[in-house]
Amino acid sequence: MNLEILLLLMVLPPLAGAALNGLFGRRFSRATVSFIGCGGAGLSMVFALLSAWIYSTSASQPAPFTHSYFTWIQAGELHANYALYYDRLTLIMTLTVTVVAFLIHLYSRGYMEHEGGYYRFFTYLNLFLFMMLTLVTASNYPLMFVGWEGVGLCSYLLIGFYFRKKSASDAGKKAFIVTRIGDAGFTVGVALLFWTFHSLDFQTVFKSVAALRQGEFESVLTAVGLLLFLGAAGKSAQLPLYVWLPDAMEGPTPVSALIHAATMVTAGVYLVARSSIIFAHAPSALIVVGVVGCLTAVFAATIALTQNDLKRMLAYSTISQLGYMFLACGAGVFAAGIFHLMTHAFFKSLLFLAAGSVMHAMGGELDMRKMGGLRHKLKITHATFFIATLAISGVPMLSGFFSKDEILAGAYEGPLGKPLLFWLGTFTAALTAFYMFRGLYMTFYGESRVELETEHHLHESSYKMTIPLMVLAFFSVVAGWVSWPKAWHGSEAFDRYLDPVFTPATEALRNVSPEHIGGLSPGALMGFSILAALIGIGVASWWYLKSTDIPEQLAERYADLYRILTHKYYVDEFYNWLIVRPLRVVSEKFLWHVVDQGAIDNVLVNGTGSGTAWVGGVLRRIQSGNVPSYATWVLLGAVLWLLYIFASHG
Amino acid sequence: MVPLSHYLALSVILFVLGAAGFIFRRNIITIFMCIELMLNAVNLAFIAFSRSLGNLDGQIFVFFVIVVAAAEAAVGLAVIIALHRNRESLNIEDVDSMKM
Repeated sequence: MNLEILLLLMVLPPLAGAALNGLFGRRFSRATVSFIGCGGAGLSMVFALLSAWIYSTSASQPAPFTHSYFTWIQAGELHANYALYYDRLTLIMTLTVTVVAFLIHLYSRGYMEHEGGYYRFFTYLNLFLFMMLTLVTASNYPLMFVGWEGVGLCSYLLIGFYFRKKSASDAGKKAFIVTRIGDAGFTVGVALLFWTFHSLDFQTVFKSVAALRQGEFESVLTAVGLLLFLGAAGKSAQLPLYVWLPDAMEGPTPVSALIHAATMVTAGVYLVARSSIIFAHAPSALIVVGVVGCLTAVFAATIALTQNDLKRMLAYSTISQLGYMFLACGAGVFAAGIFHLMTHAFFKSLLFLAAGSVMHAMGGELDMRKMGGLRHKLKITHATFFIATLAISGVPMLSGFFSKDEILAGAYEGPLGKPLLFWLGTFTAALTAFYMFRGLYMTFYGESRVELETEHHLHESSYKMTIPLMVLAFFSVVAGWVSWPKAWHGSEAFDRYLDPVFTPATEALRNVSPEHIGGLSPGALMGFSILAALIGIGVASWWYLKSTDIPEQLAERYADLYRILTHKYYVDEFYNWLIVRPLRVVSEKFLWHVVDQGAIDNVLVNGTGSGTAWVGGVLRRIQSGNVPSYATWVLLGAVLWLLYIFASHG
Repeated sequence: MVPLSHYLALSVILFVLGAAGFIFRRNIITIFMCIELMLNAVNLAFIAFSRSLGNLDGQIFVFFVIVVAAAEAAVGLAVIIALHRNRESLNIEDVDSMKM
């Protein structure tokens, strides 16, 4: 079958599912709703696999495949078609997205079983999948922006899914507004790109950029790169726009897994990787990407150390891991970033789904201080969570190890790599291993701190939820094997596979900064990253399994530091003070009291009313109700009129 | 032949009488008749001018005015009868319910 038809068949089923469930779902039974929802996602996955197969066996690959279906926008120089773009990067993104999405759809059948708004949930989930696929298959920036905003909308709708709860609807608004700041950057960046190259089509733009000599248009491209990265930072929760992601945990857990861990938040990484050639011609923008990513990774990991809410801890971990991906892109090793994106999608969605399973068993409880010892009751959940924890901590042979190792190696020896980035990244790896194992131990090990009533209801979730967990656990183990590291005499096959996509960019970067010579060997780099993981795990085991009183003593001794960490560096408070409060005060004191109540209500609205009333009060004296007086007025008017005529005719 | 000015003088006298009666009288029937008087004063002026200028337009106008006056009389008298039934009075000062 033709690739162009297969691609449509991949993108459209979720849209059809969303339309069916959205329009008629209220009347469908739960079985029908979940059949349509999962069917849409499943079909999409099947066609994603088929298109991957057809593309891989076609003669034209690795050249990108594009097909234009219809003209979408035509205005002057601006042409934007509904056109899809398929190359090896798209292939990996579509496979990751559809596989994870399908599994999470299946899981949701069990998780949402007892919740209201079942059809609404599946409508949004399908719509999200459609938008995400639009985002990754778009062949021009405007179409990508449609997907970009679409996933943002679905994110908003799903965070605020329990809209009767004020904190949930507030979190939805926060996510929407904060990402909007980034979206503004995206839009301006794209406009700047159009202004410079007179096209927004990927192939045209990338060709024109690649044809530039190094340094040509550098200032414009730097601006474009920084603006695009602002968009990416909003969507992918990087400093300083990360604040919405922890609050996004108000949504149902499958949503946190799909949107706020596995797929949507990685859209920013995809944007940077897709535009790699632009960044390659703007090295200073790329350095900003790497530094921000690295700082975010450290920053979020330190916050995660002291979180007691299971999902929030995972949220900060997501921010930190996204930071890793940007660190990879910023160091010029885009393939490593995409590799981590893929492995992270598997193990992080697994972590969230397992957390959802815990939450399900605990009746919605998320505070890890009220858990403990759950491994006896939730065997499958525990096993899968354990595997995912090993993977994210970077224990050798699991997926997270391979991708994280590539990133750290890239941070050291990549085109724009710096030793400092490597050391910060390694430090973060130790922190990651520590807080993940801390979470694992607090939840599943030690004495049970579960309240009696909850303890009574503890049960393993149904197979509807555990099967997706097991499948994801399988992927969390094996997904990394596709790229055997150089240090182990592997070929890093995944990176080589993506070479056709990223070679123009990496070559351009090599021109800017020639190969680093000397320093640590790949084997030594890997040794440090393994060591970091082991130290993190060791300390966590010591503090949370053996001598469980140490953390409390530390918290007491370094009370100030502890308070700063538990309050997440007071960033929310700072933003409140810097932006929200002034905005509130100006809105209330000036816009509300002065402009709205004063100028509009009093002067314009009430002024019109009272002015008319006053004039009327004067004029009503004429309306005496006395017919002879009316007659007098008529007569007087006629006389005046006649006088006027005589006067004007001389 | 009677000069034009005489006709016009008569017309003015009739009109002023009508207007004064319309303003100062209190009986609705009288007021109504005063209106007719004013209309006929105007008619007289039209006819006089028509005759004096040898132009038929004025006479045609008079026919219009007569038709309107007839219609007005029909409607006006009906209104006055309805008013009298409701108010038991023909005094114009009793009819002021439009006053605020």
